[in-house]
Amino acid sequence: MSMILKVEGVNKLYGKHKDEALKLASKGHTKEEILEKTGVTCALLDVNLEINKGETFVIIGLSGSGKSTLVRMFNRLNEPTQGKLYFKNQELSQLNKEQLRHYRREKIAMVFQHFGLMSHRTVLKNVEYGLEIRGVGPQLKTDKAMEMIELVGLKGFEHSRIDQLSGGMKQRVGLARALANDPEVLLMDEPFSALDPLVKKDMQFELLKIQQKMKKTIVFITHDINEAFKLGDRVAIMKDGRVIQVDTPEDMMSNPADEYVTRFIEGADKTAVMSVKHVMITPTTIVFKDDGFNKVIREMRNNNVSSAYVVDDDMKLQGVVSLENALKLKDKVSTLMDMVEDVQTISPDQSISEILPLASVARVPLAVIEDDKLVGIVSKASVLTYLASDPVVEESIQS
Amino acid sequence: MNWIYEFPFQLTIDTSAIDKGVRSFALTFDAVLRVIRQGLTTVLLAISDLLTFIPWWVLVLLVIVLYFKQSKRLWMSIIYGVLLSMIGMIGLWPLMISTLSIVITAVILSVAIGFPLGLLLSLSERANMIMRPVLDTMQTMPVFVYLIPALLLFGLGRVPAVMATIIYAIVPIIRLTNLGIRQVNPEIVEASRSFGATTLQTLIKVQIPQAFTTIMAGLNQTLMMAMAMVVTASMIGAPGLGAEVLIAVNRIEVGRGLVSGSAIVIVAIILDRLSQGWVKPSEEEGI
Repeated sequence: MSMILKVEGVNKLYGKHKDEALKLASKGHTKEEILEKTGVTCALLDVNLEINKGETFVIIGLSGSGKSTLVRMFNRLNEPTQGKLYFKNQELSQLNKEQLRHYRREKIAMVFQHFGLMSHRTVLKNVEYGLEIRGVGPQLKTDKAMEMIELVGLKGFEHSRIDQLSGGMKQRVGLARALANDPEVLLMDEPFSALDPLVKKDMQFELLKIQQKMKKTIVFITHDINEAFKLGDRVAIMKDGRVIQVDTPEDMMSNPADEYVTRFIEGADKTAVMSVKHVMITPTTIVFKDDGFNKVIREMRNNNVSSAYVVDDDMKLQGVVSLENALKLKDKVSTLMDMVEDVQTISPDQSISEILPLASVARVPLAVIEDDKLVGIVSKASVLTYLASDPVVEESIQS
Repeated sequence: MNWIYEFPFQLTIDTSAIDKGVRSFALTFDAVLRVIRQGLTTVLLAISDLLTFIPWWVLVLLVIVLYFKQSKRLWMSIIYGVLLSMIGMIGLWPLMISTLSIVITAVILSVAIGFPLGLLLSLSERANMIMRPVLDTMQTMPVFVYLIPALLLFGLGRVPAVMATIIYAIVPIIRLTNLGIRQVNPEIVEASRSFGATTLQTLIKVQIPQAFTTIMAGLNQTLMMAMAMVVTASMIGAPGLGAEVLIAVNRIEVGRGLVSGSAIVIVAIILDRLSQGWVKPSEEEGI
């Protein structure tokens, strides 16, 4: 994994007495205190980040937390008051006008919250815009733009006017326009916030699909924690211009840095983030397919369970046998394999939300299979226990 | 206790010094002024020749077709055509051509100067700050005041009339170009910049097309104000319908004044309707 974007000690202040404000900030005063004492608004305070090539990096925070200010520094629509930003090893503030244009034309593109589309141009002409600015020839320009329009699923709409499109379609145009330049980095400033919930879900799915094909580095801004956890390989959470925590969704979920993060992710759909491997338990009762009936029955009774998983010598799952069946059939069949039933299997990387419907109807715990081997089981009880172990829930129970 | 009701200080402004200044300016820059005068006369003549060359019925048809094309209202188009021919029937056609050539020349020059100036004001905050009071002055100063220096610098006739008309009518095109560019959604401008567009590329490909409607509204206003200046400009010898009105005023001939005044109104209405068609072309395409 190589670093592609880097933010180093960046501050962004608006107002007159910036030095004074910075002094207060370094002493740990809050944004409000600094504003009150010096009249300086702190948009960003001591931000440090490293974004790796090919990852989807989500920056999340409430409005006014500085996330949009920060993302605009990556293509220098905003300049930091202090600190440095790097693209690979190039410090961005060192670029002269010509180099900056080249950087924006070739390396980085942006998708805007309210789409930023030009109403006097058709869909095709909008998507062509970046290529037109670069001076790409007419044939190549149209071909490339059409390819992108097809990629985002707008084929047939290329000659439509922008105001004839729905919100979701408009943002598809925005995405196609940004991708047409084949940038290394895609900046997305709350691209789906203006869309209604169903369309938003579609677009998130679409983005994941496109990202799988294109493998861009994406810097994604949002205030929706579920969106952040769904799309992000890593998530940075911001508050009052500072970055509080940078982590994978799962680590952030299990190790929130502070109270604020805890409260922020409280609203998150835990089941969408956490995967089966976090809730699975070691199977209590495993029997081998060549075991005798009596041993199997004894095993279940000893462990006080009503079913056992049957595996072969390589731990390959054969099925499940229930105590009831074992007792009923032990004199009628010759081998254990004659009484096993199929069992629903899942993979350790599936999200909990995916397996919830299965878990709720399954008679026996779900078997977790990795490389054909039984690695664990997930029972209704284990899922419930896990969901209930939410620190916030615990807190509210205690108080 | 006099100072309560009377100003304790009195300043005397030597207005004759200003007069002298303008006069000596006219003398010093006589050569330059002559070039301007000749240039303007050439343009005026060209436009007036063109308008005279077009037969009256072609112009009437043109009005009908153009208005029908943008409004799709056949009866209104025909009414405008009939109204226009009535000017000819009452024998005011040559005067109308005279007036139109002054108005059109003034509008062309206003756009040629005002549009780039408006762009400059939209891009530079400092230029905007300096120009705002200047534009306010140009718009609120009684129009007669412009006539005097115009007269001094360019003598009698159409050229000073065009000059005075430009000063009066140029303001809306400057203002609305400035406003239009400033009102373009900042996210679109940001988007353009984010793709590495130069300031000029953003201006030509994004800002001007996006501001087109507002700029066209400015052009319409400029045209209307130029039309309104017609009567006033006749005071410094501009021929045309305005001169006819002026004569009627001087002789207190109500009928004559009403007839020529109505002709001005007809021309103004037709120009307004036709130029309003430019204001919302994009929306009509959409229907």
